Amino acid sequence: MSAAEQTAEAKKFNMDTVANAAATPDTELPWAELGLKQNEFEEVVKVLGRRPTAAELAMYSVMWSEHCSYKSSKNHLRQFGDKVTEEMKKDMLVGIGENAGVTNLGDGWAVTFKIESHNSPTMIEPYQGAATGIGGIVRDIISMGARPVAVMDPLRFGAIDHPDTARVIHGAVAGIGGYGNSLGLPNIGGEVVFDSVYQGNPLVNALAVGIMRHEDIRLANASGLGNKVVLFGARTGGDGIGGASILSSESFDDTKPSKRPAVQVGDPFAEKVLIECCLELFKGSLVEGIQDLGAAGISCATSELASNGDGGMDIELTSVLLRDPSLTPGEILMSESQERMMAVVSPENVEAFEAVMDKWAVEYSWLGEVTDTNRLVIKWDGEVIVDVDPRTVAHDGPLYDRPYARPQWQDKLQADTFKASEAGKNLPATGEELKAALVELMSSPNMCSKSWVTNQYDRYVGGNTALASPDDAGVIRVDEETGMGVALATDANGRYTFLDPYHGAQLALAESYRNVATSGAVPLAVSDCLNFGSPEDPDVMWQLAEAIRGLSDACMELGVPVTGGNVSLYNQTGATPIHPTPVVAMLGKFDDVARRTPSGWRADADGQAIYLLGTTFDELDGSEFANIRGHLGGLPPKVDLAAEKTLGAILINASRDGMIDSAHDLSEGGLGAALGEMALRYGVGARVALDDLCERDGVDAFTALFSESQARAVVAVPRSEEVRFNDMATARRFPVVRLGVVDAASTSLEVQGQFDLDLNELSEAHEATLPKYFG
Amino acid sequence: MSATELPLIGDYSTPVPELNGARIGVITFPGTLDDRDAARAIRLTGAEAVSLWHADHDLQNVDAVVIPGGFSYGDYLRAGAIARFAPMMSNIIDAANSDAKLPVLGICNGFQILTESHLLPGSMVKNDHLKFLCRDQVLRVENNTTAWTNQYGLGEEITIVLKNQDGQYVADEKTLDALEAEGRVAFSYVGWNPNGSRRNIAGITNAAGNVVGLMPHPEHAVEAGFGPDHTGTDGLGFFTSVLTHLVGGQK
Repeated sequence: MSAAEQTAEAKKFNMDTVANAAATPDTELPWAELGLKQNEFEEVVKVLGRRPTAAELAMYSVMWSEHCSYKSSKNHLRQFGDKVTEEMKKDMLVGIGENAGVTNLGDGWAVTFKIESHNSPTMIEPYQGAATGIGGIVRDIISMGARPVAVMDPLRFGAIDHPDTARVIHGAVAGIGGYGNSLGLPNIGGEVVFDSVYQGNPLVNALAVGIMRHEDIRLANASGLGNKVVLFGARTGGDGIGGASILSSESFDDTKPSKRPAVQVGDPFAEKVLIECCLELFKGSLVEGIQDLGAAGISCATSELASNGDGGMDIELTSVLLRDPSLTPGEILMSESQERMMAVVSPENVEAFEAVMDKWAVEYSWLGEVTDTNRLVIKWDGEVIVDVDPRTVAHDGPLYDRPYARPQWQDKLQADTFKASEAGKNLPATGEELKAALVELMSSPNMCSKSWVTNQYDRYVGGNTALASPDDAGVIRVDEETGMGVALATDANGRYTFLDPYHGAQLALAESYRNVATSGAVPLAVSDCLNFGSPEDPDVMWQLAEAIRGLSDACMELGVPVTGGNVSLYNQTGATPIHPTPVVAMLGKFDDVARRTPSGWRADADGQAIYLLGTTFDELDGSEFANIRGHLGGLPPKVDLAAEKTLGAILINASRDGMIDSAHDLSEGGLGAALGEMALRYGVGARVALDDLCERDGVDAFTALFSESQARAVVAVPRSEEVRFNDMATARRFPVVRLGVVDAASTSLEVQGQFDLDLNELSEAHEATLPKYFG
Repeated sequence: MSATELPLIGDYSTPVPELNGARIGVITFPGTLDDRDAARAIRLTGAEAVSLWHADHDLQNVDAVVIPGGFSYGDYLRAGAIARFAPMMSNIIDAANSDAKLPVLGICNGFQILTESHLLPGSMVKNDHLKFLCRDQVLRVENNTTAWTNQYGLGEEITIVLKNQDGQYVADEKTLDALEAEGRVAFSYVGWNPNGSRRNIAGITNAAGNVVGLMPHPEHAVEAGFGPDHTGTDGLGFFTSVLTHLVGGQK
């Protein structure tokens, strides 16, 4: 008898079969250690009509975790499906609930994209946590039948000068680069934010986008009696066991043992091979249904495939290829080993399937087949250890209507404003003071250049990247013949959302909409990643409920549907939650990416007129300027979705008709930061004046430069297009003011009557911050 | 239409007449990433890109070969150390060393594979700053007589994409002296040395000039709108050079 056989024999000896479970109802089970609550365990017993086996308990515990079941958020998330018009559904080919949503691009093309969190694993083990975040979201995209074409990563870390921040950022950025670069996927943007609220709970969100022909769309379901179920890719090991249930569904606590074993370890090479191998399977139409293995591993894949299919599934668990032969059946079911996929293959395609696996040297094993029993039956060496209705595992988990209430401190917070019009703030007023403030702002942790991060990512691979960070949106060409392509932007503002969750979430949506439109693309669809604290805290639950309500209302008004996303809860240290951080990813479409608008002017734009679109109010609450002064209070900038739509239409039309050569949206840091970034983009100077703006909007120069009023953008217009551009804005009754001109002979940003800021000085300050802290 | 005036988007399926029929192979290993980019660059210059699979033995009568970038076999050992033993590499090594002197261009991981194959001397180690670095990089053409550089001017400065983790070129002093003395440094870094490479070496050639390897990526700088700073097409010269070489137009 071989060692493996001996181990299998030994395991069989202790096997907790369904028959055994029925015969020993009083056996103590470690449901609490696996993360189940008492009422949830009792519900499992009720569903099964007996106590669960050890393997069943493992499955329910991971699938009913917050991470997999959305049990605290589902009641609220429904609004994303409810607040949708027929018009919004028009281009949606696959909506919420599948691995990722799919949107029609026309000409037979479709695009799929999704954003997900990998926050807790990154805190524990930054490199692998962030790397496997990329790996997991990319597999979601593959399982829709698409070729992944780009990734993005919004990142939030603790205070820039906290010693632990260097540990996390070095690991996370190297992990995202190490994994994503090895997959041949350009990283086209994201965000980097520093705030002490994320000290113990960094946010690493990962987005992937893929493209496919309509006929290649694949869904995660196991249908067709007698079809074979196959597991392929990496072997199953002991990594990531209980990752979803233990790691992502509880708050960290210093008194408990290290959770490092719950973090998965990635192998990007295996994933790259898996991508190519899956695309070859799709090309040959060799799979009926496919599902990636992410959170909850085989438990999730088998129960979701069976639950979405038209029958049941029979699986022999000893057929799973193992990295570690000592794993128990429960561990095999819970393992979150990376780079694995499960597929359903019809018998006549088995041979062709195996030929593709052999070509790419990918290991596979046939685990079982689709049945007509409506049961998911898992055997260990022939003995039944799981016999469940797959729906009860995958879809009918517990649902909580958690209590929530507006926090008592919210009124006081909102009353503590930072208005320029109020005296006593010692705000910059003279030209020299304004100049110093702008340099300080643009070298502050959140506004400084992020090239230290983005230079560690490959943004060129694939040859289809038309725009990437630091431009407003990442742009990828889809069709090399027509130039049709997509734009993507991710945005969030935790401070705004902390001040007012309903409007803060809408501001994230508005900014992502504006960013995509600024690049020249028509916004089409949304994916969101909702990062919040513990849902068991009524304050946090209120933030979550308000953010979802705000986001879904605004999606309806802007006419862009949510096609998928992810909720990450329990992002808190002790009783202190992070700022509520709903990250919104917006997808837009270009008929031809040649028309994309970069975020700065080049030397050949000399003499072009610089215009500001939109109205500037006294809105400094929650701003980056207030942030560097250590102030957080008041109300975030006013949301005006009608203005956002008009601004978007102006920017898109102006791009399509060649009326603008560059454009940049105004967001964090206001007009001052936008002008600075546009000038720094290609190192070309400009001369502007604020007088007309200040007079029209009734604000002072400080407010004009640093207010974060929404629905604004700066554009550079060729002289020949000025009349047409002004006419378009006027016809839409949208405020527009001419600020000045691009000056290629100048190497400074001159704000007339205020200051003359040397671009080299600004660039040095802007670039120096991250290297200063992180080397 | 000159090379720099290629349409941003459009039909580049029509080959340049006199080059009609040139076949350039692009080898794919498991873990290769830039194979489709290399194939696009070849098509843009009017030649036919022929896909070569690492495990095959047949060179399919190609006139030249590009070994593209990526992480062959994951590069978990030394970069290129395993790829060098692929069946297709044996063919390429033989053909490069034969009297026919098959033109071979190794880019990034391809360069690493060429040094592992001993078609080129030296080796690459981790960047001196220890990080992956992606940037638009200025290179100076130090030898414009090779199969892959004959369309550039001597001393011309070009901007193409640099992106790697293990890009620091190293060799012993004797080898470095010989490379410089024999004019076998094909490209050097201009301005800041991005990875600590000895003597600013970005790319080298063999004595015969048919085998060239470099760390930066010319295939990412061939289409206006998708190259360095979204405008550059300085990499096209590599691919027009080899076509010129093939039709006997070498300088």
